[in-house]
Amino acid sequence: MTESKSKAYWKENIRYLYILLAVWFLVSFVAGIMLKDVLNDFKLGGFKLGFWFAQQGSMYVFVVLIFIYVRLMNKLDKKYGYDK
Amino acid sequence: MINSILLAESLPVQTWTYILVGITFTLYIGIAIWARAGSTKEFYVAGGGVSPLANGMATAADWMSAASFISMAGIISFAGYDGAVYLMGWTGGYVLLALLLAPYLRKFGKFTVPDFIGDRYYSNTARLVGVICALLVSFTYVAGQMRGVGLVFSRFLEVDINTGVVIGMLIVLFYAVLGGMKGITYTQVAQYCVLIFAFMVPAIFISIQMTGNPIPQLGFGSELADGSGTFLLDKLDGLSTDLGFAEYTEGTKSLVDVFAITLALMVGTAGLPHVIVRFFTVKRVKDARKSAGIALFLIVILYSTAPAVAAFARTNMIETLSNQPYATVPEWFKKWETTGLITFVDKNNDGLIQYVADKNQNELVVDNDIMVLANPEIAELPNWVIALVAAGALAAALSTAAGLLLVISASVSHDLIKKIINPKISEKNELVAARLSAVVAVCVAGYFGINPPGFVAATVALAFGLAAASFFPAIILGIFYKRMNKEGAIAGMIVGIVTMLYYMLKYKLGWFDDVLPSKSEWWFGISPEGFGSVAMLLNFIVSITIMKFTPAPPQDVQDIVERIRIPSGAGEATH
Repeated sequence: MTESKSKAYWKENIRYLYILLAVWFLVSFVAGIMLKDVLNDFKLGGFKLGFWFAQQGSMYVFVVLIFIYVRLMNKLDKKYGYDK
Repeated sequence: MINSILLAESLPVQTWTYILVGITFTLYIGIAIWARAGSTKEFYVAGGGVSPLANGMATAADWMSAASFISMAGIISFAGYDGAVYLMGWTGGYVLLALLLAPYLRKFGKFTVPDFIGDRYYSNTARLVGVICALLVSFTYVAGQMRGVGLVFSRFLEVDINTGVVIGMLIVLFYAVLGGMKGITYTQVAQYCVLIFAFMVPAIFISIQMTGNPIPQLGFGSELADGSGTFLLDKLDGLSTDLGFAEYTEGTKSLVDVFAITLALMVGTAGLPHVIVRFFTVKRVKDARKSAGIALFLIVILYSTAPAVAAFARTNMIETLSNQPYATVPEWFKKWETTGLITFVDKNNDGLIQYVADKNQNELVVDNDIMVLANPEIAELPNWVIALVAAGALAAALSTAAGLLLVISASVSHDLIKKIINPKISEKNELVAARLSAVVAVCVAGYFGINPPGFVAATVALAFGLAAASFFPAIILGIFYKRMNKEGAIAGMIVGIVTMLYYMLKYKLGWFDDVLPSKSEWWFGISPEGFGSVAMLLNFIVSITIMKFTPAPPQDVQDIVERIRIPSGAGEATH
């Protein structure tokens, strides 16, 4: 019983990791590097968009990602009674 | 207006610097005396009861070194878009740290990174490889910090660089040896406050001057305050191309290299022992996650400001100096010229400063570090702001040096002496050994600070590459792959770190050839700075391949893996 519980907990945890790390990869390596030239055709105020992602936007998203992770995991811990 | 009022009342820069540096140093020493360590647990992990906020601040100060504070904005200033590798690389690593490492290592609940490697891979050979990697990474990193301390002292207080290094050594020695992790944690909290204030004040002043916007992150993307209606970055792109440089927002590195360097820095960040060990100091697993978030938030305040400072400084510099007569340059130019950080050679004897991309015609060479150190003078800010930058730079260098020294001393006293050489050592003697190894480590670091080996410039990149190539795969596999065994992990770490060292020595330092090999010889077009990514991949491949042909780890080790995946019941750190 406890074994299947911990397995289910781990599985949900891994699913969160996939989603969050996909966003992590998307804003930095995709938007800030690989698609930079394409995105640079768009502007955000005085910034070219690809340049903005590389030097500003990706960092903001990183911070938000960690706090989302903290929230998700606190909830998950509670759901499985691992918050004691 | 405000400027002139402040200027009129102000003391000379030198006096201000003595006052501010004096106050901050007294503060650090006071904290160290208050937070003395009485046990090995306090010495290694501050007793394990640090709050997430305090740990976040300490981690941020631990992390932001002399390189982040002094050099990064300057490097970006000259590299333009390419500077993003440092911005994304040195922040993105925290996402990996928070999601993949910190909670599990906290649950594991030991004192050091080699502790995890040794226990998870049930082998003292693995532990020893871990100790060697930790020492290699930390020593390469700390030498640069001591050098940074010496430079700041020599430039602002006009003492000899070596005297500066010795003063820095004495301060770090005092609070690291006395306070251990506990003393370091609370001095780092104070150092974060000093360094962030010192970085932001000039940035805000300059942002207002140039764009009218007090928030540098927004000023960076705003129109210039000169009423021209031109965006700052468009202006800077124009100025750059006029002088023959690439557009500021474009950069010159190849896509594959930018990708590789960013990845290597991210993974290296997540694998640095002095950063990881900070997460052993909090009480619960959820505190480890939260303090990683707080740390990154506090780091991003500086890191998102740095590229703005870089763009402001570059625009300012080109407009102030390009094609201006040398005879009428501002005072700061002459002052920094005497330090050798700015050099001007009037090649065509026209008395004007030609600053252009073409090396044969270019007459002006400006060191990276000037951009932060001299920026307040270039922008004619009040003297106390200039002095504040000195205090901030010292806080950044000292906090990182202290964190690294602790990793070195714990590796020697705990991992080497207690776990391998003499397991019967008493708690009291282990604490003595920890303090003695800290003393030795400070002296070695000081020696490298005074006699910097030729590779100091390469050391930071080297440290990240080494961490990426060794620890990161071993830890990740140790947590997420239960079947991973000692044979695989040891082989992976050794192959990873040796390949990285070889590539670094060959392509960065030119040890194996008469001349440094050119860029065209790089493997896959990847620079030594980015090679950590390749070495890391190699580590993963070797680890998994060897594992397939060797026995699975014993049941009790597999049980450890099961246990660290569950957050509840994270006991306090034990032996």
